[in-house]
Amino acid sequence: MRMKEFQDTSLIRQVTSSIHQAAEKLNGKPVKFMEVCGSHTMAIGHWGIRKLIPETIKLISGPGCPVCVTPSSVIDELIRLKGVTIATFGDLLRVPGSLGNLEEARARGARVETIYSPLEALKLAEKEETILVGIGFETTIPGIAHTILEAQRRKLKYFSVFCLAKLIPPALEALLRDDQAAINGFILPGHVSVIIGLKAYTFLSERFRIGGVVTGFEPLDILLGILRLLEQLPNPEIINEYSRVVKPQGNEEAQKMIKKVFGVSPALWRGLGWLPDSGLVIRGEYEEYDAQKRYNLRVRETEPHPECLCGEMLRGRIKATDCPLFAKTCTPVHPVGPCMVSSEGSCAAHYKYER
Amino acid sequence: MQLIISMKDDIITMGHGSGAGLTQQLIREVFDSEFQLPSYEDSIQIEHRTVVTTDAYVVKPLFFPGGDIGRLSVTGTVNDLCMSGGRPAYIMASFILEEGFKIALLQKIVNSMQKAAEEAGIRIIAGDTKVVERGKCDGIYITTSGIGFLPAGVELSAKMIRVGDRILVNGTIGDHSVAIMNARQNLELEPAPVSDSAPLHEIIQILLGTGGLRYARDATRGGVATILNEVISEKGLGIIIDEKSLPVKEATTALCGLLGLDPLYLANEGKLIAFLSPGNDDLLEDLNKHKYGKGSAFIGEVTEEVQGVYLRTAIGTLRPLLLLASDPLPRIC
Repeated sequence: MRMKEFQDTSLIRQVTSSIHQAAEKLNGKPVKFMEVCGSHTMAIGHWGIRKLIPETIKLISGPGCPVCVTPSSVIDELIRLKGVTIATFGDLLRVPGSLGNLEEARARGARVETIYSPLEALKLAEKEETILVGIGFETTIPGIAHTILEAQRRKLKYFSVFCLAKLIPPALEALLRDDQAAINGFILPGHVSVIIGLKAYTFLSERFRIGGVVTGFEPLDILLGILRLLEQLPNPEIINEYSRVVKPQGNEEAQKMIKKVFGVSPALWRGLGWLPDSGLVIRGEYEEYDAQKRYNLRVRETEPHPECLCGEMLRGRIKATDCPLFAKTCTPVHPVGPCMVSSEGSCAAHYKYER
Repeated sequence: MQLIISMKDDIITMGHGSGAGLTQQLIREVFDSEFQLPSYEDSIQIEHRTVVTTDAYVVKPLFFPGGDIGRLSVTGTVNDLCMSGGRPAYIMASFILEEGFKIALLQKIVNSMQKAAEEAGIRIIAGDTKVVERGKCDGIYITTSGIGFLPAGVELSAKMIRVGDRILVNGTIGDHSVAIMNARQNLELEPAPVSDSAPLHEIIQILLGTGGLRYARDATRGGVATILNEVISEKGLGIIIDEKSLPVKEATTALCGLLGLDPLYLANEGKLIAFLSPGNDDLLEDLNKHKYGKGSAFIGEVTEEVQGVYLRTAIGTLRPLLLLASDPLPRIC
């Protein structure tokens, strides 16, 4: 539910003016804050937040769009499968693989069903061999874990999960190991933090001396996040500005469920490559539901388009308009790189809201 | 604001049926290149001030809160006729039926069509049926064609739109899409959202009564944002929509927030967008007295300040409302 007070124009004016004051104290020194989550990227574009803040504050998008960071070889593997129903969230439908996307595959006869909840895949699996495309971060993973446990309870034989779950904190760590990103603070994801809590981020301030603010998705949430990041530049810490939803310890039940079903593994991030401890695999006890084993599916790196700069984008080094393909050969209908493929990708958001 | 789409896709995808950019491209490059269509309007005036239109209906599920495929097939065609200012008079209907479809269901649909026809004051005068093998269609598809007559003196056209014109919508937007999404995906929203499916012939009469109506469109596939983009394209003018005045139900806002959708791009089946000359302040009161005009609001203005369609957000910033290439897809999280 949208909360009107978080769109209150007089409160927004107050916070915006505080942001300008705090930025002035930096004497024109530019700062770069990364919004990690795709929903924040969308909200920043949707509300025109960049128009409210000083130009010296650069907001850059991070790797937190699950569809964007899914390797295109995943789409090829799914299209290769014959006689299996593919249950997927909607935003994966138009992600291009080397053989086209799932929407086109469906038009050519593949069985592709759009689902709104992972549990819907079980309904399909009662009748036909079904594979759930298990994409997402900590927000979505408990739902996938629950679905696997539920499949076991119902003794479903025709169900499996192509597990592509990824973890946010290890990706942030990888970004910070890369000097060129030069990030001064993180707007941390609201939904992911509901599950993992605040402790998962303390390494940012303790080891890398970079602060982070967990915020919601209303304009006031985001502006408060930016203000707190400016204020704490000298003494970085992890702050919860989304306490109406996020508890410091996170959702411990959900964390337990994730641990029960999945183990940590390296994962391939489209645009970023293999990152250590940044993915999840289905544990041996549940291997009958592991589609990678059942169908011998492989996730491998594919050569990106030679001019595509999505890797640079996802690392926070450049903005959408710096890419020579942006809005020319690379558009939401025919995306070339990962940042354009999902509506939550940084290039897609830029294309839609800020051209 | 040009769409960059290549026709490299050699097959029809669902996006071609979205009403958005891909649909327009399909019409332009495949149909219009052969037919040389006289207009892209929903209905067209032929001889003797007669207006005609045709539309196909393939909704799933066939029955949903607030309507069914039968009601839609009448109200949708009635509305296409009305938007030209024409008085709807006759409808002809074709039915494609799947082998195995229950006759009781067909009777229910036909009954609903007759009720909608009576409500709209028109007659269904002819039809055709074809049956296809099981699995070759989804129960029933209906195509309706309509005939109406344009009263003397009524000329509505996008060409008449001027800077300063006010833009009106006759109630909450997105209701039909949300009702269908809820019914189709078992989202279990309580209370179940109701489609706005309605004939708009009387609403158009109220608008014509002001003497200030310049142009109207029903905001079906693609929603308000798509229609506004179509209307304003290549005119060198702009539209600014005020987010704070947009009538949107709370349930719609909540669902859109959850799925990453925008009510401005959701389909309606009983909503029109009207361009009216400045003034007409009393109009809202008259519209609100009508059952299909409740929640009517002025949502924006035609301006030279910008080119294309823009939204003034609730926090006062300005952002473009683009013509999307295809249906917006619900997101993961």
